[in-house]
Parts: sequence; structure tokens; C-alpha cells
Amino acid sequence: MISNANNAWVLISAALIMFMTVPALGLFYGGLVKKKNVLSLMMQSFVCLLVVSLLWVLVGYSLAFSPGELIPGVLGDFRWTLLNGISPLDPSPYVVSDPKGPVSHLTFIIFQCMFAVITPAVISGAFAERMKFSAFLMFSVLWLFVVYIPLAHMAWSVHGVFAQQGLMDFAGGTVVEINSGFSALAGALVLGKRRNLKPLPPHDLTYTAMGAAMLWFGWFGFNAGSGLAADGLAASAFLATNTAAAAAGLAWALLDWFLQKKPTLLGAVTGAVAGLVVITPAAGYVSVGGALVLGLTAGAVCYWFVVHLKGRFGYDDSLDAFGVHGVAGVLGTLGVGLLATPFITAPFGMNGGKGYAGVFEGNPAAFALQLEATFTSIVVAFFGTLAVFALVQATIGLRVTEKEEAMGLDITQHNEKAYTLIE
Amino acid sequence: MKLIVAIIQPFRLEEVKQSLYEAEVQLITVSEVLGHGRQGGATEVYRGNRETGNLLRKIRLEIAVNDDFVDRTVRAIVAGAKTGELGDGKIFVYNLEECIRIRTEEKGTLAIG
Repeated sequence: MISNANNAWVLISAALIMFMTVPALGLFYGGLVKKKNVLSLMMQSFVCLLVVSLLWVLVGYSLAFSPGELIPGVLGDFRWTLLNGISPLDPSPYVVSDPKGPVSHLTFIIFQCMFAVITPAVISGAFAERMKFSAFLMFSVLWLFVVYIPLAHMAWSVHGVFAQQGLMDFAGGTVVEINSGFSALAGALVLGKRRNLKPLPPHDLTYTAMGAAMLWFGWFGFNAGSGLAADGLAASAFLATNTAAAAAGLAWALLDWFLQKKPTLLGAVTGAVAGLVVITPAAGYVSVGGALVLGLTAGAVCYWFVVHLKGRFGYDDSLDAFGVHGVAGVLGTLGVGLLATPFITAPFGMNGGKGYAGVFEGNPAAFALQLEATFTSIVVAFFGTLAVFALVQATIGLRVTEKEEAMGLDITQHNEKAYTLIE
Repeated sequence: MKLIVAIIQPFRLEEVKQSLYEAEVQLITVSEVLGHGRQGGATEVYRGNRETGNLLRKIRLEIAVNDDFVDRTVRAIVAGAKTGELGDGKIFVYNLEECIRIRTEEKGTLAIG
């Protein structure tokens, strides 16, 4: 029997996640680039919503979440093509904290759709200001099948290789964050640097700040919706999310202040996003204290990585998709293996009634599994993206011409511009 | 006829306008420009990337005057714009070939005032 209360919350959560892709991510990224490229970034996010939404209901959901075993543990089958046979009254086969109150199966489908939409949009930050639109489009279609769907199946589906072993990935530390981060790194390496000698400054940081605030807002759906119930676990995940984001944003801003002389808005909002990323796999498993530790760690480590370490590698992850999502995704996925406490999950009867425990609660095996899933996700994301990029490069090519890059992607890829000077 | 071009600090624009009005100089064109003089460009920091030598925002004034108005115009601009710090700007005075008021097609000194 479907729980209408749970159903309402998860539908709202799906809408919140849609809002993270468009407009939040488009604004967050769009503000960071040159005036001549702002529309291209917004278009890349928007087209993910258009294309992935369709692929998801066609075959994407079925391959990711059906109980079929086209590749056992990695890929489902085609039984739910075009959501064939799924009635609005069918309860979702997936439940987390409230097994007696499932949402509608269709609710679960649209909720998961929004995760699949936002992940390639996050990656687009690494390709900013130099990738052909046609190449991005081809990439996002192929990448969904080669990388996203297998990882979602492994972590979350009923026969998933990691799901069956009890992997803790509440809202997508592996599926969304490690995945987008390491795909972004692979993409940035293949694509090469921007030709612009001076990629900075960002053209409008007010967009970026607004986008970050909207991401934070939407992330409540992302994380607190992932228990698939409007219950106490949702409240716990909501609080953990807010706490980690606040801690990481403050940590980054303070490090800016002490080490770079001034606290920057860009630092505060980047830190907050790192905090939201790190708590994503952990939101439903850790206490608010655990969230605080994860948030502070992510703020400091991502700061160190982006500000001090990245420059030594020489790759151009233009908008730090790897430095924020990849790095904090790994921290969160491993961190929950340390910090998970059954105090949060046992009351909901999760994991056979004993709840989920990490190393600090006497369960070292949890960390080994988190490590294995982290490593596997990195390999699938990195090498899967390399393969997809090789195919795109060999067929239609990846980069715009030197002249197009100089003129900007808005006018050369889309025949339009964001701002006029006169009238 | 002279064309007076001044580059000033943006935050002194209101004072300069005030002192020009007090000197009865009422025709002025203002634009926002970028540049820097001896004070050098600004340093900005984005995710730890220090960007030095960024151009500063400045205001450019253009005022066309008859010869007998040059001194009082220059004095008014200095009075409004001067803080005594680096970056206060510069005033350039050019000879002006011709001036035509579009509405009446008047020319020369008649058209300026």
C-alpha cells in the first residue's frame, strides 16, 4: 500500500533535484566563465535535463533498476522499456527507512531520473569554454549508458553488486559525486587546456553565489529525499546536510582569510558545495556530529586540493568539478565507513534491524566495502569516460576551433549572446 | 575651443559634477572605462588563484569648452577629484577643430555653450 505522505515528500524532493540542475548548476557554473560562454554552460545543464529525462523513461531506468541481469550485478534488462506495465498504483520495489510505506513506483522513477540528469551536468564544468556542443551532447548520451547506469545499478539496484553487500551510499557519493568528479578529470585531461592566457576573473560571481544557494536548497531533496520517506530519518539527513554544508563553507572562508588575507564569497560558496558533496553518501547514516566532522574535513581538504595542489598537475578542470565533487565524494564515501552509527539507522529497522555501523562503531568490514566501491567507481568513471571521449573524438571531434574558442561558445555554438552593450 | 578629457576615480564623480556645476560648466559626457596608472592594477583572488595587474574601474569625462572656460573647468575637476593619493587620475586638454550642435546646426563657439 502506497504511503501518500511519503509519496508527497519524495515527489517534492524530485522537483528540488530538478531545480539543482536548472537553474542552480547553470548559474553556479555560468557565473564562473567569461561573458561570451555563459549561455553555453547553461545550455549544457539544460540539455542534460532534456536528453536524460527522455533516455531515462525509454530504457535508462529499466537498465539501471530492473531486477533483470543482462550483466549480473552491473546491468538490469529491458523489461521496463517506456515504463512498460508499471501502474500508478504499484508500490516502489525500493524502500529505505519505511518498508511499510513505499512511494509509488513512478515516484521512485522520476526521483532517480533527476539524479541521472544532474550527474553529467556536474561534469560539464570541467569542459567549460572549449568543448563543441555536439560533442557534449554525444558524450552525455553515451556516458549515461557506459558509466552512469552501471554505477547506479551496482550501488542501488536490487541485484547490484555493492547494494547486496550493504554499501552505504545514501544519496550518491559513488553514483553521482565520485562518478562526476573522476569523469570530469578524465575529460579535462583528454580535452586539454583552454587557450585563453587569462581564464580569470569570473564574469559574474553573483550568479555563482545564487547558484550555490539554490544547490544547497535543492540538496535537501537530494539527501533528505533519499530515505524515500517523510520520516525521522529524512529529518536527520536534512540536518546532517545543512550542518556539513555550513561547516565546509565556513572552513573554506576561514582558510581564505588566514592564508590568502581575505575571506572570499567564492571560497565560502565553493566550500559549502564541497560540504554538500561530502555528506551525500553519509546523510542518512551519520549523526550531526559526524556531519560536522565530514563538513570541516571536506572544506579543508578541498581547499588544499583546489588552491595548492591542483596547480602542480597542470590539467584544466575549469570549474573544479573534480576538485570539489571528486575529492569530497571520495572523502564522504570513505568517511561514512568510519562514522556511520546504528544510533541513526537501527530505529528504522534498517540493515536487518541492527542498523549501519562504521569503523568507529566496531565494524571495520564496512570500511573495506566502502573502499572497494570507491575504487571501482573511480575505475569505471575514469576509464569509461576515456572510452566515450575516444569515440566522440574519433567521430565528430571534441574541441571547437581556436577561432571559435576566442569568439566564445555562445555565438559560435548557439548563435546567441547573453548580454547586449547597447539596448 | 578645447576638449578636456579627464580620467578620475569613480568614487569622486559626484564631487566633480558638483564643482563643475558651481563653476557653471554644465555640458559633460561621462563613460566608464578600465585602466591604471602608477598605482598599478588590483590583485584579485579566485579559489586561491592570485590575479595581479587587473585593470581598475575609472571614469572618463569629456567636456568641450571655449578657451576662456578652460582654466575654471580644469580647476573644478581638480577640486572635485583630488584626494592626494596615487590613482587620482589625469586631465588632458586638446585643441578642438570644430563643434556642431545637431539640433540647430550652429557651429563653433556658439555651439559649445
